[in-house]
Amino acid sequence: MLQVEAVDKSFGDFMAVCQANLSVGNGELVAVIGPNGAGKTTLFNLVTGQLWPDRGKIIFKGEDISGLPPYQICKRGIARSFQIVNIFPRLTVFGNVQVAVLSQQRRSSNLFPPAHNLATEETKSILESVGLSDKATSIAGSLSHGDQKILEIAIALGNEPELLILDEPTAGMSPEETAATLELIKRLASTRGLTILFCEHDMDVVFSIAQSIMVMHQGRTLIQGKPEEVRENREVQDAYLGGE
Amino acid sequence: MFRGITDLKSLWPIGAIFIILLILPPVLPRFYTYILALIFVTSLLAMSLNLVLGHGMIFQFHHGVFYGVGAYTVALMLSKTSLPMWVGFVAGPIAAAVVGLLIGWFCVRLTRLYFGMLQISLGSLIWAIVFRWYSFTGGDDGIHGIPMPPFISSLNSAYYFILIVLVICMILLYLILKSPFGSTLEAIRDNPQRCEAVGVNVRRHQLKAIVIATFFAGIAGVLFVVLERSVFPDLLFWVLSLEIFIMCLLGGWFTFAGPILGAAIMVALRTFIGIFTEYWTLILGVILILLIFFLPEGVMGYVLEILKPQAREVAERKGE
Repeated sequence: MLQVEAVDKSFGDFMAVCQANLSVGNGELVAVIGPNGAGKTTLFNLVTGQLWPDRGKIIFKGEDISGLPPYQICKRGIARSFQIVNIFPRLTVFGNVQVAVLSQQRRSSNLFPPAHNLATEETKSILESVGLSDKATSIAGSLSHGDQKILEIAIALGNEPELLILDEPTAGMSPEETAATLELIKRLASTRGLTILFCEHDMDVVFSIAQSIMVMHQGRTLIQGKPEEVRENREVQDAYLGGE
Repeated sequence: MFRGITDLKSLWPIGAIFIILLILPPVLPRFYTYILALIFVTSLLAMSLNLVLGHGMIFQFHHGVFYGVGAYTVALMLSKTSLPMWVGFVAGPIAAAVVGLLIGWFCVRLTRLYFGMLQISLGSLIWAIVFRWYSFTGGDDGIHGIPMPPFISSLNSAYYFILIVLVICMILLYLILKSPFGSTLEAIRDNPQRCEAVGVNVRRHQLKAIVIATFFAGIAGVLFVVLERSVFPDLLFWVLSLEIFIMCLLGGWFTFAGPILGAAIMVALRTFIGIFTEYWTLILGVILILLIFFLPEGVMGYVLEILKPQAREVAERKGE
């Protein structure tokens, strides 16, 4: 479904991503791992259009999407959450998700029927599926960090994506919240038939749920393969899993 | 159409104010009727700016230009052409929106402060043209004694006309803000990057907002001509734009009615302190300093802050 082929991105002299390759098949749960600064977030930003690649191709459903603006990539079926909480802090939880749903329904520019009664079914069902229904009328900025991270995912779901990209969905969460979020991700993948690409620091998490793992080190792809293959790969052990 | 976005109970004070405003002109001295009408015009102008400023966080630094373009368009059409008068009234807002589209098209490529800087430069160009082109715009003399249709030729009838147009515009602006367009605009205000990521073309959305805001500024310009029957280049000067900006901040730029309050305060200050001293801006400066320190959300924001706990209590009592 998604093919990243030999993508480079540099900031000045620093090669943040260099010869990165990634392949995500339909319905797969794919993880990208790597130490801090390995270029995971940069890679995701390249895929969703926040950044443009210097070289290489990003192919989604057979079309080259590299260099398209984020809103067009979103319309083609890729939605994402962000590593650092990136929500609409002054809007309600409901309003946060509704913005995405309205955009998906191409109603963002409608001037007259009040938004209040639009897209309520869809928005409510998303809030229900992530467990934020009881906080629907709270102002998003007042939620706990864990809930804001969940809201991140809920906003992304509002776009009814085919490919959902989650940038460290459990960053800064307590162990209990992390466990609950993982359950949520697994459930979304199975019930909604979503293809999910995520990156994560916690190795236990990655090896327990991912079907395919891509390892990045200093901007380059070391390997992509099944969890067992990755675990046994010597290069990966040297670079990253060294201590284990 | 209004179902769910407002409840009837919160409407009665607004209705009461409206009725009072309706019965005032015959009993008020002419001067006060005029001041009230001027406040209406300025309120509409401030509200149109606040659509993009408070609800969109678009730093529209030179909003006065669109007010001036609206006013000059209707003034020129009424005084220099023999077209039916209503054509001029319709052309004013449209001309303002077209200029808004042109200037906005360049400005939305920049963000925040840079947006404002570019707009001041482009807007000042238009001011310079109006100021200099004596044969067409009357230069710094402006245009005076613009003919008006008979039904709005007296002060009182102009007052009613302005009041009714203001109310219609307020309703439209309110509906726009509550529409998907308005809520998406507020989402862009909160987080443009995230908005792009959920599939909103942020620049185009902002440009649409600017066109709508400038259209309403053009209506305010037309109303100004109805009231004053004259236009002058000061309408497009950046000082006026700054005043409108201050009205929004003073009244409360995150509230719907804040700009009305801001406009009323500014017009009143200019009129009543202006009687005693031409340095009324000195008083304004002091008020602004106090505002920044004590009421960062504006007067209306402060009032709503005080009212909020009460509203919550009422809601809780109802829940029991």
